[in-house]
Amino acid sequence: MGFLDTLFGRTKPVQPKLDDLFGLPSAAIQLEAATGFKPTGSGSVSFRAAEGKPFADIQKEVLELLDMDNGKPGGGLPIEVTKDSYGYTWLISNHLSDEMDALVTDLHEVNTALVDGGFGPQLLCTLVAFRDDNHRSLSLVYLYKRGTFYPFAPVGSGNNRDNALELQVKGVLGEDLKFEPDLTRWFPVWGAPGL
Amino acid sequence: MATRTRYAPDRGLTVRMTATMFLLGLVFVAFVALIIGIMAAAHASAAAIILIALIFGGGSAFISLFYSDKIALAAAGAREVSPQQAPELHGIVDRLCALADMPKPRVAIAPTRMPNAFATGRNSANSVLCVTEGLLYHSGLTQEELEGVLAHELSHVAHKDVQVMTYASLLAIVAGLLVRFAFYSELFGGGRGRGGNNGNAALLIPLIMLASAVVYAISFLLIRLLSRYRELAADRSGALLTQNPSALISALTKVSQGMNRIPTQDLRAAEPLNAFYFAPAMKLHGGASLSAIFSTHPSLEKRIEQLSKIQRELGQVGPDPRGLQ
Repeated sequence: MGFLDTLFGRTKPVQPKLDDLFGLPSAAIQLEAATGFKPTGSGSVSFRAAEGKPFADIQKEVLELLDMDNGKPGGGLPIEVTKDSYGYTWLISNHLSDEMDALVTDLHEVNTALVDGGFGPQLLCTLVAFRDDNHRSLSLVYLYKRGTFYPFAPVGSGNNRDNALELQVKGVLGEDLKFEPDLTRWFPVWGAPGL
Repeated sequence: MATRTRYAPDRGLTVRMTATMFLLGLVFVAFVALIIGIMAAAHASAAAIILIALIFGGGSAFISLFYSDKIALAAAGAREVSPQQAPELHGIVDRLCALADMPKPRVAIAPTRMPNAFATGRNSANSVLCVTEGLLYHSGLTQEELEGVLAHELSHVAHKDVQVMTYASLLAIVAGLLVRFAFYSELFGGGRGRGGNNGNAALLIPLIMLASAVVYAISFLLIRLLSRYRELAADRSGALLTQNPSALISALTKVSQGMNRIPTQDLRAAEPLNAFYFAPAMKLHGGASLSAIFSTHPSLEKRIEQLSKIQRELGQVGPDPRGLQ
């Protein structure tokens, strides 16, 4: 925030950074080679729905657009929509495990539709789920406002996370993906849909 | 490519805030000019009084700014909570900070039944966001309404309101001290002056006292005015962040109603923190127009009116039926 914004008590809505999301497919290959974690094929976009009709219209348009692609070769299952306990909406796209490119394209379509509609500041994060042979789950979370990734590895049913695994993933992928340097921003997304 | 933005800035609020700060600056300049004039008259005792007031005033303002987080937490009897202790609260703050792209403040809970929240700290790295138990457990706020309150407080942090208000109050603090010092020196020091200076001192010290009193009164009113504008600005930014002005309106309504039900002893205990609270804990008695001038917060009607404007911008006319009866 600039000096004038502070002086006048203004906050400019923060626009999201979308491009770094496309680093995911190659990072997924790298991750599998180094740690054995495979994509589950499921990914989601989380955003804060604005009140009012304009936003609802855009959300409907996005869903219709994405569902048109389903059934074509490479198209995934119908998009799932859920609202979490914090009031954020999650659009979940399900593909096959090796269709990372198609998944990222789906997620990107949601983002651009929101940005084009003027609701870019509403985007919170994108989550792509991975699993290894021991059924440990891991997800890469993309923070739209920072344009960075961080790993999230929940353990068990309580609110515990496997910090060692998370740091290992950062070490493995640190060269390929832009990781969030500020660890306090690696916020947990317990019970996120599609995890 | 220019990104589309849906919201026009609130020019009216910016203009009013600029005018207030300009007037404060004007009073400041006039006051400094007066002090330099008195100093130039080379009257030792008057100059000493002014110097002491500047040092004390500046020092106390600096200390209160530097330790604002610790002072406020201690005054409210609040304790910091970890994400394990208050996962829900941290979850909301985490998400709001990620949306707003701001560093996360520390989170604290105050054991007060009065439903309220405040944010303080000299910069974003040292800021702390505090909510009362009353707000969390007894106010009947829904998750969305609580989120609206927290977004309002986070906007205070983003706007650096503690810093802005401290700098704005500096003048009033020094002027207030000067009135007191001049008064005491008049009471006790009058007889002890050295020979020839006595005639001047008899005139100068009451002059300082009068000028300081006037400056204090004017800057006090301007600071309160500025505080009300900063509240409106925080309401606006908070509502734009969550995109849910309706939830903030209903939270404001619920919290203000809750305020009136609380016994006075609690309210008086919370008085010193008033300026940084979500809703004012203290109701001034007397005429409505008079209390409006002295109030740190705008009236509920003003705040709701502004938020309704954002509601309309979001394409929704009329208040949210959930919150307002």
